[in-house]
Amino acid sequence: MSTTSHVPQGAHHLRGDDSGGEATTTVTVPPYSSDQGDKDAKFPKVIGPVDERTGLAAAMRFGLGKVFPDHWSFLLGEIAMYSMVICLITGTFLTLWFVPSMGHVTYDGSYVPLKGVGMSEAYASTLDISFEVKGGLLMRQLHHWAALFFVVGIALHAARVFFTGAFRKPREINWVIGVVLSLLAAIEGFAGYSLPDDLLSGTGIRAMNGFMMSAPIIGTWLTFFVFGGEFPGEMIIPRLYIAHVLLIPAILVGLFVAHLILIVLPKHTHYPGPGRTDDNVVGFPVMPVYAAKAGGFFFVVFGITALVSALVQINPVWVFGPYDPTQVTAGSQPDFYMWFSDGALRLLPGWLEFSLFGTVWSMNIFLGSLLLLPLVWLILGIYPFLEAWITGDRRDHHVLQRPRNAPVRTAIGMAAISMYLVLALACINDILAIKLGLSINDLTVLFRISFFVLPVIVYFVVKRLCLSLQRHDREKVLHGSETGRVVRTPEGRFFEVHEPLDAYERWPLVYYDTPRPIGETVGPASDQHGVRRPLAAAAGLRRALSSFYYKDSISAVTPAELAAAHQHGEHEALDGPEVAAAIEQHGAPVSEAPGDDYYRDGIKAGRHS
Amino acid sequence: MSTHDNTPALVDDAQDRFANPGFPPHVPRRADVDESAANRASVQVVALFTLSALASIAFLVAYFVIDPELRGSIIGIGEVNLFHVVLGLTMGVSLLGIGLGAVHWAKTLMPDEEMVEQRHSLRSSDEDRQEVARQLSHGWRGSQLNRRTAILGSAGGALGLFALPLVVPVVAGLGPRPRDELYTTNWEPGLRLMIDPSGAPIRAADVTQGSVFHVMPEGWVGDEAFEVHGAEEAMASKSKDQVILVKLDPSIINSQKQRDWGYEGIVAYSKVCTHVGCPVALYEQQTHHLLCPCHQSTFDMTEDCKVIFGPAKRPLPQLPISVDDEGYLVAVDGFREPIGPSFFERERPGLLMEDES
Repeated sequence: MSTTSHVPQGAHHLRGDDSGGEATTTVTVPPYSSDQGDKDAKFPKVIGPVDERTGLAAAMRFGLGKVFPDHWSFLLGEIAMYSMVICLITGTFLTLWFVPSMGHVTYDGSYVPLKGVGMSEAYASTLDISFEVKGGLLMRQLHHWAALFFVVGIALHAARVFFTGAFRKPREINWVIGVVLSLLAAIEGFAGYSLPDDLLSGTGIRAMNGFMMSAPIIGTWLTFFVFGGEFPGEMIIPRLYIAHVLLIPAILVGLFVAHLILIVLPKHTHYPGPGRTDDNVVGFPVMPVYAAKAGGFFFVVFGITALVSALVQINPVWVFGPYDPTQVTAGSQPDFYMWFSDGALRLLPGWLEFSLFGTVWSMNIFLGSLLLLPLVWLILGIYPFLEAWITGDRRDHHVLQRPRNAPVRTAIGMAAISMYLVLALACINDILAIKLGLSINDLTVLFRISFFVLPVIVYFVVKRLCLSLQRHDREKVLHGSETGRVVRTPEGRFFEVHEPLDAYERWPLVYYDTPRPIGETVGPASDQHGVRRPLAAAAGLRRALSSFYYKDSISAVTPAELAAAHQHGEHEALDGPEVAAAIEQHGAPVSEAPGDDYYRDGIKAGRHS
Repeated sequence: MSTHDNTPALVDDAQDRFANPGFPPHVPRRADVDESAANRASVQVVALFTLSALASIAFLVAYFVIDPELRGSIIGIGEVNLFHVVLGLTMGVSLLGIGLGAVHWAKTLMPDEEMVEQRHSLRSSDEDRQEVARQLSHGWRGSQLNRRTAILGSAGGALGLFALPLVVPVVAGLGPRPRDELYTTNWEPGLRLMIDPSGAPIRAADVTQGSVFHVMPEGWVGDEAFEVHGAEEAMASKSKDQVILVKLDPSIINSQKQRDWGYEGIVAYSKVCTHVGCPVALYEQQTHHLLCPCHQSTFDMTEDCKVIFGPAKRPLPQLPISVDDEGYLVAVDGFREPIGPSFFERERPGLLMEDES
């Protein structure tokens, strides 16, 4: 079959061991010396009949032989996954007793302080789970703790994926799915902790009612439709309940399965290391190592959650009392993953509300709640596509980046985290004010300023740190690692012996490529006659952003540079310290290199020589 | 690294690069070379699994033997429900025993030589793509959609509309549309101000300087409200009728309107925050500030409850009050503006109640 020329060629023929001189793909497979397989192994008889009807053996062959790389940071996603499973198990337990009703009852249970108090059935049944059902309190605590670990796991996992560049092609779709999952997890959590209808969660629902009302044009209608009338009504708990136990979990589990499939299809990413390339995956097979480790880890996560649930109290709803719209306690905070939104509400000044033609636009509320939440997740979701557009990188990536090797991305990520943290801390400004003995007004003003100033500082600091770490890597490759052995020369000078890295130690420090700004590769903006090339606005923006991303990049050491350094080293040993001093002056001091031209020039020089 | 490009890469490919050195030699673990170390590891794994089994049994024993009300104190934690703690600890050990045992087994005794699998581009082959193109084209033409645009159009219309009969009743049935609920409260002229939850009326002469009351309208107080009006109405009333009553020194009140709507320095304000509706529960007697604990909006009682800090925009609405013939505080009128959080139609009720305005 002929292919048309505009269809890109498949990359199959370029891969594999026959790709000639390309050094990066010549990888030796380790001899699997301790082959413990039995040559006369028999296909298990039990599976036979099932296999005849389903083709199970082929699927098992595919599954059991899958290789997964090993790294502690890959466990973060597993924490989220297992916590979700724990929530499903314990949540099912809770549904057997929880009554999602706002019907009014008078409490007559075993918790004496609330005897005779009027409350909703939801709250009363939560008290019953805590006090009457044997082991019910443990299940409640497990459910709440696992929900928190779920969101923490997702956040840490997302950070790992972001900072290592794992979201790059071909995994952008999976990143988007993960982003949706994290949004759903936060909403699921909010819906869940709102259900007991205690004073704290009721205050949260009251605030949610206020957020919804702030939506321009549709706000009032939206609120009345969600609450089934004016606040509080008797519909919101049943509706949150069905969302919490059916709608959102169904979507969560469905998307989670898709997330797993899209991990398996391109095979898991791995960290840079000797023998690891974009064309292979190095790790442990499911049978037996990965199955034992991952399966065991489920029990570890569950076990730790159980220990925490046994010893650390969470959400003691009986202390808060039933919801009463006329009451509130100081120190009313939502669960931590909603802090940033509530914090934004505390920081946004009132003057953002205005009237237009007699209609009210409450931007002081809308921006921090209904707009902020989707906005954060939208930015997260489009980031891979934005970066690919800016950098023009359309290649498949399976080897992860060390965060330092993508300084601008790492700096942007840390700056974003700092903004998030400012908002999150603003949510506990009242607690902070008490604990630190500060004025809450001063703290709030400080947070308002920090929200804008801190990310800028963090951006520059982190970027500089990354560049320094990259320079450190270069230093280590060029001059070896410090041995701590100090040698005295016959002249009486001292120097420390540096030991050159072997090829295996060196590889993770030199494997990465150094992209250059688009402007440098497509030529200058004006031709040889000084006429500016017409450039679309988008292309101009892209160039500027590309330059922003890559202009400071520091490239990895090349063999030529290393050879040159070794030569210097030999001189050093032969000629004594004077020559060494001369050589040191040969390079520009690091502090002089804002754009790190030194290194780029150095590469060019190395190439020419 | 340039082998997988299908667009121009921006990487400086010209430079020479280090070659991937391949896998480092495998370093055997102790258990690989020392049989007694392997045996020790095996014993440890068995011990962990056994511990798990024992903990599971301990959980069951505890579940049936320990009194669920049993309390005791644990150093560093304080008084706890021991039944709960023992259940949680035994469950945790039962789970951790399995988990740690399996991980330890994998790390010490299972093969630790890494395996290699080749990756393959996810892109389908050109043949597959061609075939898909052919199938789509055949399907399109085979169903004559390319010629019979009427079918295309009507099918598209039908598919576009079929979901509406399913969706519209759901959405439209969710709630009543808003009408006057947000503009009205249960406060009416002549209704006494009652202390909540005791339900006592307030005699103006008995209100001392600086005292604060949480107030509800007559007939909407305490359990009686739930019995008379039902829980839903009573909760709605609590959400919007709540009022905070304070007696100030009339000389420190800066607003003439505030003085006029009050009675000898006794002023009544809606307790529902104009930000997102939390009760504005903290009154600072010295500064005469009202603070909302939710988001720290601060209102100045001497300035007609104007916002002096925080995210709220509007002052708290004031309830005009006076005294009846017996000297008890009563409402002169309902609130003259909507209480609580802002909403789009707040200043134009006609948008919600077009037939009534």
